[in-house]
Amino acid sequence: MKSVEIVAKTKEEALELALKELNVDESKVKVEVLEETSSKGFLGLLSVNRVKVRVSIKEDIAQKAVRFLREILVNMGIFAQVEMFKRPGYVMLNINGDDLGKLIGRHGQTLNALQYLVNLAVHKDTDEEDRVIIDVAGYRKRREENLKRLALSTAERVKRRGKKEVLNPMSPQERRIIHLTLQNNKEVVTHSEGEDPYRRVIIAPRNSVIN
Amino acid sequence: MKELVELLAKSLVDHADEVYVRKEESADTILLEITVNKDDLGKIIGRKGRVIKAIRTLVWACAPVEKRVMVELAE
Repeated sequence: MKSVEIVAKTKEEALELALKELNVDESKVKVEVLEETSSKGFLGLLSVNRVKVRVSIKEDIAQKAVRFLREILVNMGIFAQVEMFKRPGYVMLNINGDDLGKLIGRHGQTLNALQYLVNLAVHKDTDEEDRVIIDVAGYRKRREENLKRLALSTAERVKRRGKKEVLNPMSPQERRIIHLTLQNNKEVVTHSEGEDPYRRVIIAPRNSVIN
Repeated sequence: MKELVELLAKSLVDHADEVYVRKEESADTILLEITVNKDDLGKIIGRKGRVIKAIRTLVWACAPVEKRVMVELAE
């Protein structure tokens, strides 16, 4: 984190000098007062004020997330590149490299743990709300496409047989993809049953619910 | 692995300077024991143990296959 320490007569003056030096505006920095001394001189005629402040440029969530993720990967002994994309409402981090299967884990378990911990860490001292989404070599994207296909083919079978079907347990994000894929389907309805991590989506014929 | 647990624990707590990880290694196991300030225990455990579980998942992903690795929290 880039920062400067400035001594001046007042806090305002110190801040102004610091902002000039860092070449940013006030909304992008954190200000800490390190020392503050004021001594009233003889009869208040000669007063000396001295304020020492540290002004640091605040990292935003995206920068924090990239830095933290890179540190985690180094400590896991994984050599990979991290790309960052800012999107409205969220930050996308894509990890690319060789042999990243262990970073995904069974059903994306490790990847989800990684994403969860990075989100907790970067949201700790901020009111920024953008979520961080982490993907490994396009895994989430492929998984999403597979889930959409699964939703559509299961819905087709449910419609043909007129019998409900229960899918395998999925994470909330995965269940969301199934629900969204079928939300406007005229033949079937979806809902979830059970407790995480075993919560499952059920796809049922629409008319069976109405009756 | 010890460094990974330290990094993760420090990123979650309010008192990062009071995070300490002890490593105890035997022929077939590795124990990593996290000590934190009492006020930070909940942050490491998480609701329904979700945080400590996620830490374990990451540690296991890079653990040597021939050893059982345990991540525990000192009370």
